[in-house]
Formats: sequence, C-alpha cells, structure tokens
Amino acid sequence: MNFFLLSVIKAAVVAFVLLTTLAYLQWVERKVIAHIQVRLGPSRVGPHGLLQPLADVIKLITKEDLIPPYANKFVYLLAPFLAVTMSLISISVIPFGAEIQVFGQPTWMQLTDLNVGLLLILAVSSMGVYGVALAGWASNNKYSLLGGLRSSAQMISYELPLSLAVASPLLLSNTLSLRQLVQTQAGSILHWNILRLPAPQIVSFIVFMIAGFAETNRVPFDLPEAENELVAGFHTEYSSMKFAAFFMAEYSNMVTVACVTVILFLGGWYPLFAVAWGSNYVPALLFGLAGAVCLFFGLNPVRKRDRITMPVFGVIFLGIAAAFLLAPVQAIFIPLFWFLAKVGLILFTFIWVRGTLPRFRYDQLMHFAWKVLFPVALVNLLVTGLLVAWFS
Amino acid sequence: MGDHDIPGLTAIEAEAPEPPSDSTAPRPRRMLLNMGPQHPSTHGVLRLQLELDGENIVSAQPDIGYLHTGIEKEFEVKNYQQDVTLTDRIDYLAPLSNNLCYCLAVEKLLGLEIPPMAQWQRVLLTELTRLNSHLVWLGTHAIDIGAMSVFLYCFREREDILRIFEMYSSQRMMTSYFRIGGLALEPPRGWQKRIKDFIDVFPSRVDEYEELLTNNRIWINRTRGVGILPLEDMLDLGVTGPMLRAAGLSWDTRKTEPYSSYEKFDFEIPTRSETDVYARYLVRIEEMRQSTRIITQALEGMPSGRWTADAPHVVLPDREKMKTQMEALIYHFKIVTEGFNVPAGEVYQVIESPRGEVGYYVVSDGTAKPYRVHVRGPSFGNLQAVPEMVQGTLIADVIAGIGSMDFVLGDADR
Repeated sequence: MNFFLLSVIKAAVVAFVLLTTLAYLQWVERKVIAHIQVRLGPSRVGPHGLLQPLADVIKLITKEDLIPPYANKFVYLLAPFLAVTMSLISISVIPFGAEIQVFGQPTWMQLTDLNVGLLLILAVSSMGVYGVALAGWASNNKYSLLGGLRSSAQMISYELPLSLAVASPLLLSNTLSLRQLVQTQAGSILHWNILRLPAPQIVSFIVFMIAGFAETNRVPFDLPEAENELVAGFHTEYSSMKFAAFFMAEYSNMVTVACVTVILFLGGWYPLFAVAWGSNYVPALLFGLAGAVCLFFGLNPVRKRDRITMPVFGVIFLGIAAAFLLAPVQAIFIPLFWFLAKVGLILFTFIWVRGTLPRFRYDQLMHFAWKVLFPVALVNLLVTGLLVAWFS
Repeated sequence: MGDHDIPGLTAIEAEAPEPPSDSTAPRPRRMLLNMGPQHPSTHGVLRLQLELDGENIVSAQPDIGYLHTGIEKEFEVKNYQQDVTLTDRIDYLAPLSNNLCYCLAVEKLLGLEIPPMAQWQRVLLTELTRLNSHLVWLGTHAIDIGAMSVFLYCFREREDILRIFEMYSSQRMMTSYFRIGGLALEPPRGWQKRIKDFIDVFPSRVDEYEELLTNNRIWINRTRGVGILPLEDMLDLGVTGPMLRAAGLSWDTRKTEPYSSYEKFDFEIPTRSETDVYARYLVRIEEMRQSTRIITQALEGMPSGRWTADAPHVVLPDREKMKTQMEALIYHFKIVTEGFNVPAGEVYQVIESPRGEVGYYVVSDGTAKPYRVHVRGPSFGNLQAVPEMVQGTLIADVIAGIGSMDFVLGDADR
C-alpha cells in the first residue's frame, strides 16, 4: 500500500512542479529575450511580471474556442492533445535526484525506472510528430499544411543524428536505464560522459544539442512555425486552450531534451566537483550571493518598486541559502539542485540562441541534417566504439 | 476545394493566374497560395499570388492597390504649401525625402533661391531620414529571416532619430519640416549637440548589427545567391536605388544630378556586383556609414544665415514683423487665405530617396493649386521585379527577396 501511496504522491508532485515550470519557463524566456533585446519584458502583472503566466492561462482559457468550418473535426481536436500528452509522458522516466527517505521508506526521485527508459523517450517523442503533422493537415489551411509537412520532414530527419548521438554515450555507460546511466557517471565532471575517458563525448554532445533544437522546433530550426513565412505554421488555426496545448508541448519538449542531455552527458544529479572539495556549499553560496545582490539593489533602488520587491527576494534567497546548510535538507535537495542547475543552464542556452540566430531555409536544414550532422554522428559513434573496445 | 461554397472564393479563383496551357501532358497538381494582404512579412498590404509546387514557386503575381488613398488627386485640391503635408504620407518611412523632392520641384517653378543654411539643414535631415528608413529596413528584413534581436536594436537607434525629428518639428514621423522656400521653423536650440551625440554612437551600433549578421553562416546561407536579377532586367523594369547599386551600377542622383548642394559633400557610392540579397544588405549597411559621414560634414560646416528664402510672397513673415509692419501683415493674410500663385509650366525633379529615385512631376496652370502632380515612387518600380526575382525559388526566398527590395506600399499605391 505504501508503494502505491508514495507513487501517487510522487506523480502529483512531479505533475504540479512540471506544469508550473512550463508556465514559468515561458516567463523566463520572455524576460531573458527581453533583456537581450534591450526591453523590459512582462512587468505589469505582479512584481517583475511574476504573475504573467497566471494571467496568460486565464486569458487562454476564456478565449473563444474556434473550429474552422472545413477542418476535419476529429483529427483537428485530437492533434493538440496528442502533442501535449506525448510530450508530458517522457518526464515519467526522468530521475531528478538520488535515493531519499520519505516517512522511513527509501525511494528514488523518479516516477518509474524502466530498463529501456531512453528508448521510451525516443519513441514517445517520435509519436509527438503526429500531433504536429495531423494539426497541419486537419486545419485545412495552406499555411498549416506547409508547416505540418515541414515539421514532419524535419523531425524525422533529425531523429537519425539524435539517435546516433545518443548511442555513443550508451557505449560508455552500457545501460538504457536512465537511473543507471547517471549512476555510471558518479563523481566530478571528469567522470561525466562528456569528458569521460577513454572516449570523451564532446562531439556527440554538440550533435545531440543541435538535433535537440531541431526536435523541439526552436530557433534556428523553427521552420514549422516560421511566422514570417507561414504566419504561424501548423497551429495557425488553433485558438484558446488548443493553442495552449501546443505551446505546452513545445516547452515540455524543451524540458525533456534538457533533462536527457543532463542525464546522458552531464552526470545527472552529481556535483561539478567532489564533496571533499566543498561542493555541498555551492548552493548555499550561490543563493547567499543572489540574496546579497537583491538586498544591495533594495537599498539602492533603480526603480521605485524595487525598494519593496528587492528586499523580499533577498530575504527569500538568504532563507534558501540557510536551508541548504541544514544536514537533512542537504541530503534531499543538493542532488536536486545540481540536476536543476544543469537543466536550467541548457534551457538558458535554448533561449539565448533564440535571441541571437536567424532561421535556416528548408532545404539547408535538410542538407545540414543529412550531410553534416549524420556523418559526424556516425564517425563519432565508430570512434567511440573503437576506443571503448580497445581500452576495456 | 471546389465543392465548398465559400463566398468570394470563386472570384479569387477566377483571378488566379492561368497556368501555361501549351503542354499536353497532365499537369502536376499545384497549390495556389495567397500570401497577404494580411501576412506578417509582406511589409504592409502587398498581396502575392504564389503558385506552388511543394515549396517551390512556379509563378508569383504581386497585387498592389490595397493602400491606394488617392493622394495624387488630392494634390490638386489643396494649395502648394498645403500639399507638402501630403508628401509625408506617400512614403511614410522616408517623409523628409518626399518633402524635399516636392519642395525642390515647386521651387524650380518659382525660381526661388534657397539660402545655404536651409540647404545644408535639408541635406542633414534627409540623410537622417535615410538612416531611419534603412534601420527599419534592416530590422524588418532581419526579423523576416528570423534574427529577432536585430529588429529591436535597430528600433532603438530609430527612436533616437525620431526624437531628433520631434525636436525639430514636434512631429516624429509626418514632420513636414521642409516647406516651399526653406524650412518650416528655425532649427531648435541645441540641435548640434543632439545630432552629435547620435552620430558619436551610431557607427558602433552599425558594427553591432554587422557582428550579428555579416559573418553569420546562417545569414549568409539565407541571403547569398538568393533573389538574383540581372542588371539589364532591372534597368528594363525600372528598378532604382540600392538594388541597382548592388548589381554593380553606380547610379545615385546625389552624385549624378546633385541637388540641395550635395555636390559640396564628400561621400562615396557603395556598389557591389553580386546582385543578390546579401549584396543589397552590404550596400545598405555601407550607405548608412556614408550617410553618417555626410551628417558629420553637415554638422561641422553648417553655414549661418536665414532658414527661409527672401521671397515675401511665398514664405510666411515672422510673427513679430507680422504684428508690427503693415506690409508683412498683408503678405501673411494673402499667403494664409489663398496661397501663392506659381507661374504656369511643368517641372520634373528627381532625388535619391532611401529606396531609390523618387520623382515629382508638377504641372502648374498659374493658379495657387497645382494642375497635376505625379509621383514616381521607387517602390512601384522595384516591386515590378518581384515575379522575375522569385520564380523557381523557395517560399523562404520570397521572404528574403521581397525583404531586400525595401518597398513601402504607400509609395507604390499612393
């Protein structure tokens, strides 16, 4: 009974945290892009626009739910839910942290550990293409159709280099279970697959990231929804919560790709350097620093409202820093901190790239996938295989 | 889609370009895509009828007229000085260039001598207009190709320019600052400092854009070898401006037919020979740098003196004189109530606007209102190149191609 109760609690927590993260990821993206582009970003709803995601959700729910008259109704309605379901499933096999004790019951910070967890993620993310392709077809709109076609071609093409890039670290770790994948990388950065001897996986990391950008339809591979060519691509005809579903699917895919990158290449929840060198104090130090900066700007406010908001943030950050020094908190939250920090860094890269690069053309994108990424990943796989065979 | 009865669709289908019927073999199935008039990157209300084979373009038909406002007819019902305000609305991204061209045309009919100070101010402000227009072009062109940040960087600098315009004329866009006979107002106090502040930072900002785009692999892939049109075709179609210069022809009316004392300024006409979108990008970027040079020279060598011509029957008198001198009051009353008569005749004046050659053909019948004003908008000529340029390319190239033409639909439709 305990097992079921625990699973339900874990599922509820993960779902809640994930959905909140998706909403706030969008806020973070808008803020970061805004600051890259010398703007302010959302700043009206709540302090620093922190309630903006909430306002967006209310807006999307209350929007009129339109179905275009010549759409294929069944497929049209099915597509967004296919997209969002498939993208949310992947999170169930992601391990967020090490083993912990809850009510005296040892458990993992993971919903379930399949022995083919990685394959499940690959399979489910391929199913996600159907959502996009069907949405493009069912809307009966020419722009949507073009967007849907582009996206299916793109996602299928990039699946290949992605899978090949995934295969190389698997040779090093010799397992498909995501939990064991992380456990084989235990230790400092030198033990992570990206730098691990005998075959450092830097090339495959880069290939995986690029293919990940393409899989999630992000700039510079955002052709399916290239708004300057195809208005809004496959979701042109979707409004209200159906649009929100596609939006959520995109951000959820981003989170999944970031999590998988961290698990495959960046050592999951393991710290950057050994505990003996004081890696347990890094979170306390970082949050303490953030708190100090906030308090400083609270005392020297740039804007009027900073006098109130900045000290509040400062105190919160200092509180978190203090909590990280407590032994029982450390055991649970330090692995979680490292995992989330790495995921956050990769998500930031996603956003950063969006603020910097222009967009590929359709044929160049295909050319890049088949003539550059695919051979590079293949050669890397061969070299890794040879090195692993030679040294083991 | 023929079995659905959508109102208006049959009319659109009837308008569609007929595919060539010379082949007896079964035609491949093609898609007709209406791009615009409501589309994010047709820069206003251009409508393109694209015949698509997959993503390849079989044919393209631009359709203009959605922004037709009858401006040319309206010229005939207002008097000469009032017509200046209409010229702003023609090319709303380069209003001062249009002001200048119209004023020069009417001044030629009147035989007015414009004092050097006004001429130099005109040069300075039209070059600022060129920067303004090129910034909007670069920003929108970049965002069309997906580089979102460049758009906002460009608009940051454009904001500075608009503030300068606001300082001069208390209007940001539709300034109408040039009037027949000189300038509308005396240049405001402290204009030198404002322009100097802007000119000091601007070159580094252009470097910033170049850093993001010029050597960017994706940008080069998207623009090099795209939208090629041979020089002879361009000349046949009436294309002017940076597009022509990117095809290797060093044609710029600022050099070939100098006006408003452009001959006294030292600047170069950037040319490239590749004729593609990338060459047009490089030419316009270099034009921005050259404009900065001209503005610097105008700022340093600005002559002093009056800002209006010595022509009391055309130029409104000072308020002070109007209140103290009977003669000035009479002139004021006459100019305000009935305008001024322009000797009968016709004149055609050409200047180099940011988009190319803008020409005003003014016919006067001796009254206070023009008999006819015809505008040669550079956008209209440039748009004619669309079908030739995009044939056989991809949808993404259409966006890059029409972005590189830098047209304003108000200028094409009038």
